[in-house]
Amino acid sequence: MTDLQMTRPLFSVRDLEKRYGARIGCTGVSFDLYPGEVMGIVGESGSGKSTLLGCLAGHMAPDAGTIAYDGRDVLAMSEPERRRMARTDWAFVHQNPRDGLRLSVSAGGNVGERLMAVGGRNYGKIRDTATDWLGRVEIAADRIDDRPSAFSGGMQQRLQIARNLVTGPRLVFMDEPTGGLDVSVQARLLDLIRGLVRRMGLSAIVVTHDLAVVRLLADRLMVMKGGRVIEAGLTDQVLDDPQHAYTQLLVSSVLQV
Amino acid sequence: MTDQAYNFAYLDEDTKRMIRRAILKGVAIPGYQVPFASREMPMPYGWGTGGVQVTAACLTPEDTLKVIDQGADDTTNAVSIRRFFQRTADVAVTEHTRDATLIQTRHRIPEEPLTEDQIMVFQVPIPEPLRFLEPRETETRKMHELSDYGLMHVKLYEDIAKNGHIATAYDYPVMVEEHYVMSPSPIPRFDNPKLDRSPALMLFGAGREQRIYALPPYTKVRSLDFEDHPFEASKADHACDLCGAEDSYLDEVIVDDAGGRMFVCSDTDHCAGRRAAGHVGRLGAGTEDVK
Amino acid sequence: MTMQMNGMDPVIRLRGVAKTFTLHNQGGAVIEVMAGATLAVAAGECVGLVGASGAGKSTLMRMIYGNYLTAAGTIEVAGTDVSRADPREIVALRRDRLGYVSQFLRVLPRVPALDVVAEPLIALGRPEEEARTRAAALLARLRLPERLWSLSPTTFSGGEQQRVNIARGFAHPFPALLLDEPTASLDALNRETVLTLIEEAKDRGAAIVGIFHDEGARERVCDRLIDVTGFTPGREG
Repeated sequence: MTDLQMTRPLFSVRDLEKRYGARIGCTGVSFDLYPGEVMGIVGESGSGKSTLLGCLAGHMAPDAGTIAYDGRDVLAMSEPERRRMARTDWAFVHQNPRDGLRLSVSAGGNVGERLMAVGGRNYGKIRDTATDWLGRVEIAADRIDDRPSAFSGGMQQRLQIARNLVTGPRLVFMDEPTGGLDVSVQARLLDLIRGLVRRMGLSAIVVTHDLAVVRLLADRLMVMKGGRVIEAGLTDQVLDDPQHAYTQLLVSSVLQV
Repeated sequence: MTDQAYNFAYLDEDTKRMIRRAILKGVAIPGYQVPFASREMPMPYGWGTGGVQVTAACLTPEDTLKVIDQGADDTTNAVSIRRFFQRTADVAVTEHTRDATLIQTRHRIPEEPLTEDQIMVFQVPIPEPLRFLEPRETETRKMHELSDYGLMHVKLYEDIAKNGHIATAYDYPVMVEEHYVMSPSPIPRFDNPKLDRSPALMLFGAGREQRIYALPPYTKVRSLDFEDHPFEASKADHACDLCGAEDSYLDEVIVDDAGGRMFVCSDTDHCAGRRAAGHVGRLGAGTEDVK
Repeated sequence: MTMQMNGMDPVIRLRGVAKTFTLHNQGGAVIEVMAGATLAVAAGECVGLVGASGAGKSTLMRMIYGNYLTAAGTIEVAGTDVSRADPREIVALRRDRLGYVSQFLRVLPRVPALDVVAEPLIALGRPEEEARTRAAALLARLRLPERLWSLSPTTFSGGEQQRVNIARGFAHPFPALLLDEPTASLDALNRETVLTLIEEAKDRGAAIVGIFHDEGARERVCDRLIDVTGFTPGREG
């Protein structure tokens, strides 16, 4: 516990707000994410969870609030600094792999891009690293020169994950990472993500409307409604003993299998 | 005689001033693509409208102009542009590289080393080297701003993955002064080393895309590559069949219906100069100029 | 994460613990399910919770584990006040000090039984090889056929799943353990093994709170029994 107290948050958000004109995207969001922690953000469509993720990941500028990463003020960073950080320390896994992959570039090129972006100039090493990462996401090495357009949805998503994690980031943002996949493929992907997150000691923020996904991936949970965080806590506590009326409705609405 | 119906070098003075400003900005920021208000020219896009506008803005009555297309002075495109400036600017023209003060070119840099007294004007179809990898102009401009060029190497990576070596043979991307990645226009990669620290001013004009960029004299230009797949300025593994040159860029010419072929210098002036000096290639003895 | 218990301090201590549920979807009805729950479990001690079905045995276990929020009182487990701890403190507590063998196994379809058991050790940073060796030893002891180790427990029978669950709970020597019907759906041989595991845990100093419907098991491993009916609201004090 003493070492818990000594650990500084990796990512700190205070009073974050984003408005679309008069309409609230998200408001009053504050949290600390510690190294190795996985936080889920759940809520229905329009709850503001995607807006929040967009602000956190630097895809859109919040109207108010602060974001600190590893003690640095993210919103005050210059664009080059933020970009450098986004392609080394951060990763973003899109719901639709087509948004996170270059479909006209081979699997190896997709994985190697971040390495080359941070100065990798040895073809052999880039290719070896790409091969290793394809293996880690369970894609056969002989598919390295195939384009992702020839891959199944689950493979594309795994490729996107490899492409993102190849530079050893510390913070990963995931937007519905298993959305749009078959249930059997979802389980495999979840298991893979869980294993990678634990092995690499990643911190992650996972946005999803799927409570099963957060139950398996997330240590903690934030429930959003109308742009606000209405409940937060340990994942199984929020799911097993929800306090807010909306959370109770959300949990009780899940079909039991 | 200048055709009196036109201003000197066809373009009006205001337009030339606008283009010169773009050129100056390009010279000040080597490799940076400067937007300019490209004019309609009396020739179709793809025929060198960008180069022609840059040439028009640079020409003075004292200049001697050389125009080449794929290294040759006598191809349609070269001839028509040369004639255009003869009519509209009444400048002296030449086919000799060393006599020219301004050389407009498509797809080549002359073999003869250029000097500080010369300007090279390149015709550029697609100025954006990142275009085929990242179609969004907003994004490519941001990538240039931030020197964010991992993607450029992805293209070379793909080349090696597919062909075992970097197969890009022309328009081979270069890094200018370690900041901007630049398209050298579709010159063969054989010519890339001639860009590096060239004593001549190099100007690039893209008419349809409305971009001008420049390499001031002695600018450091490095062809992109990998440590384990270094850049090579390749050419056909032959000597010129006319002049015997072993170090010039060659065109392959089919000479009959039986698949007979010969290799000749693509730089016609260079080849003619060597033959005049007595150099003879494999098929050069007694042959008339086949090109 | 070494505990510095002087042997006298209880490892698990509940003081005046209360629990209410507010059912917003049923007119905001507030249901008081527990009040004044007080309990202390020392190292090496096993306390059995008894009481009629619905009296709150499972509720109490879940509150100790941090699954349920506490309305009042404190729940100290191995140095952490679960009733006030933030999520990462509870995650840390569960990782290294508080184990829980529930009746139900929640696993991913693809993860092999061996990895399910080894996972708590890997989470503690043990080498994967060592963790798997320990997991294999436990599964062997619980007589789970070796051919099942590489398969996901999702397709296992109730008894097989229960053994995987028990192996997982006992993989790491937690100083505090919660056991919810650990011998249910086991045959006599495996029941015996589980009871031995519990006795071994007590011998190494684990503080255990358990629910045992199996009276023989209860008598064998429990040092004390606590009737949670005494924690029913209105009956405390």
